[in-house]
Amino acid sequence: MSSRDVVLGRIRSALSGPSSVDVPRDYRPASGAVGSLELLVERLVDYKAVVHRSSAVAETVAGIVSGTLVVPPGIDRSWLPTAPLVDGDLPADRIAAADGVVTAAAVAIAETGTIVLDGSPDQGRRIISLLPDLHICVLRPAQIVEGVPDAVARLVPGRPLTWISGPSATSDIELNRVEGVHGPRNLHVIILEEQWS
Amino acid sequence: MTTFLGMPAPRGVGHLRGDESFPAAAKKALGNDQLRRNLNHATTTIRGKSGRVIAELPDWEQLRLAGSAIKADTMARLPELIEELESRVTAAGGVVHWAADANEANTIVTDLVRATGSPRVIKIKSMATQEIGLNEALEEAGIQPVETDLAELIVQLGKDQPSHILVPAIHRNRTEIRDIFLREMPGVDPALTDDPPVLAAAARRYLRETFLSTSVAVSGANFGIAETGTLAVVESEGNGRMCLTLPDTLITVMGIEKVLPTWRDLEVFLQLLPRSSTGERMNPYTSMWTGVVPGDGPQNFHLVLLDNGRTKVLADEVGRQALHCIRCSACLNVCPVYERTGGHAYGSVYPGPIGAILSPQLTGVEDNASLPYASSLCGACFDACPVRIDIPAILVHLRNQAPHPRSERVAMAAAAYTMDHPRLYEAAQHAAKLSRYAGKRLPPPLSGWTASRDLPEPPAETFRDWWEDR
Repeated sequence: MSSRDVVLGRIRSALSGPSSVDVPRDYRPASGAVGSLELLVERLVDYKAVVHRSSAVAETVAGIVSGTLVVPPGIDRSWLPTAPLVDGDLPADRIAAADGVVTAAAVAIAETGTIVLDGSPDQGRRIISLLPDLHICVLRPAQIVEGVPDAVARLVPGRPLTWISGPSATSDIELNRVEGVHGPRNLHVIILEEQWS
Repeated sequence: MTTFLGMPAPRGVGHLRGDESFPAAAKKALGNDQLRRNLNHATTTIRGKSGRVIAELPDWEQLRLAGSAIKADTMARLPELIEELESRVTAAGGVVHWAADANEANTIVTDLVRATGSPRVIKIKSMATQEIGLNEALEEAGIQPVETDLAELIVQLGKDQPSHILVPAIHRNRTEIRDIFLREMPGVDPALTDDPPVLAAAARRYLRETFLSTSVAVSGANFGIAETGTLAVVESEGNGRMCLTLPDTLITVMGIEKVLPTWRDLEVFLQLLPRSSTGERMNPYTSMWTGVVPGDGPQNFHLVLLDNGRTKVLADEVGRQALHCIRCSACLNVCPVYERTGGHAYGSVYPGPIGAILSPQLTGVEDNASLPYASSLCGACFDACPVRIDIPAILVHLRNQAPHPRSERVAMAAAAYTMDHPRLYEAAQHAAKLSRYAGKRLPPPLSGWTASRDLPEPPAETFRDWWEDR
C-alpha cells in the first residue's frame, strides 16, 4: 500500500461527526469600491515606505535614485528618466548589482498599506523586485482597494503573487520591528496623480 | 467496529518529546533571571502591538468565527480537499509526495536533494521541518541545511533550540545575539554593536552569497488552497522570497491540516494571522505560488504532505481542534506559564498553550504526560486565539487521558469509596475538622500535593451537622 493510501485511509478512519460545516461570513466583505488614498498613504508611511504623489513619474524617479534601474519588459517607458536595464532573462548578479528596480503593481490595500505584484509584464519576474536594495513601485489610484477581501477578489490565483507591506523587516530581536534584512531595504511608492488638462 | 486511534509520531526522530518532564524543566528555567527578563520584555511588547492593530478592525470577532468554521469545515472534508490540492498542484507542474511520518518525510526530502547534487539547502523557517528533525537527517546525509530566518540563524549559530513558534530566539536579548554573531558568524565585523538594525545588516551580508549560490530550498507552508493548488508563505525579512524565488528546486513540507478549501478563505486568514502573530496590519512579505511558473522562480517544485500523528489528533473529536492552529503564537504571548518558563521547558518545537495540547496528541499522551498540566487554565489563550481553539477544554480533556501519579490514584479511589458510604463520609468529615489544628500540610505520600497548594480550610461545622441541628 502506498503512503498516499495509508494517509488517506487514516484520515477517513479518523473522521466522525458532520461531513461539512457552514461558514458564517459576517465580516466586512469585498465591496468593489475604490479604497481611500489617504488611508493607504498613512499606512504605507507607518511601515516606513516613502510615498510620492506625482504626475511626472520620471522626474520623481530621477529624484530618488541615479544609476542603473532594472525594469520588467512591459514597464511604461515614460516613467523612466534614463535608459533602463530591461529584464528578460538577466542573471541574478546583474539584477543584484542594479541601483534599483521600477515596477507597476496589481493591487494596493489601503487598510493594511500593502501592494501586491502579480508577475504581469509591467511587474516582471519575482527576482527583479527582490534583489536590488531599492524598489520603486508606481501605483494608479484605481488600483487601490479598501481591505484584504477586495484584494483577494481582484487577484488571479494562478499567478505568482508577492504581497509587500513596507520594506524588508524583522521582529526577531526582542519582538520589535526593525527595517532592513534580506529584501529591499528601501521601498518607494509613487502614486500617479490625475493629469488635469 | 473498532475505534480508530491513529498512529502517533514515531519516537527517536524529530522534536516533539523533551528529555525531562515539564515540571523538572520548568524548575531550571525559573532559575534563569535573564531568560525571564527577556521573555517578559518580548511578550509585553507583542501583546501591546497586537492589541492595538486588532482594535483597529471592527469585525475581528466575525473574522475569528469565520476562521474557526473554515478550519472545522476543512477537517470535516479533509480527504476530498487534500486530494483536490494534490490534483491542482500536479496539474500546475508540481510533484506531490505523501509522508506517513517524520522518517518517511526526511527520506523523501533527502533523496530529492541528493538527486539535484547540491551539497547545501537554504531553508525558510518551518515548524513542520523542525518537528520532523529534517536538519539532522540532512546533515546525516552530508547535506548542509542553512537556516535563513534571522531568529533561526541565531538559534543555529548559537547551537541552541528554538523557544517560540514565531520568534525562536525570543529567549535571547540583543547583547546575547551580538555575542553569538561575534563568536560564530564567519567574516563578521569585530566592531559589531548590539543595535538591532546593525545585527540585521550583519545577517544580510552573511547570507547574501549563500542565497545566490544555492540551488535547492526547503520551506513549510502557511496555507495550501485546495481549489487552486496555490501555496502561501507569510514572512517578514525577505529570506522567504529569496528561498522561494532564486533556487532551481523548491521542496515544501506541509502538514495535511494546512489545507484551506477556497481561494476566498485567504481573505479571512490574511487578516487574522499577521495581527495575532507579529502584531502588524500585514507582515512585510507574503508569497503565493501555484506549481511552476515557466521562467519565473523554481522550475522544479515538490510538495511533501505530512501526517506524523496528525490523523491521530483528527481521530479525537475534542482534541482535533488543535489542528486548526495557524501557528501565530498569540497563545504563547498571553500565557502566564509560558512567560515565566519560556519555550524550552515544553520539550517540543510546539511550546506554550498550543504545544501543551498539540504535542501530547501527536506523540500520544503517555509520551508528554506532564504537558496538559502546564497551564493554570486561566483561559487567556482561548481569548487570544484567532481561530478560537478552546485550549483550556482540550487541556482538561487530555488531563483525563494522562496517566496519574500512583498516590493520586490511591487517594481518589479512597475518596470515591468513602463518598459511597455515608457513615464513613461523616467520620471523614469530622476527622477533617480536626485537621484545623494540624496545619496546612498533608503527610507523605500526599505531601507532594500540598507542597505547592494550601489545603482548604475545613469548616467549623459540617453541612450535615448544620442540617441536623437546624
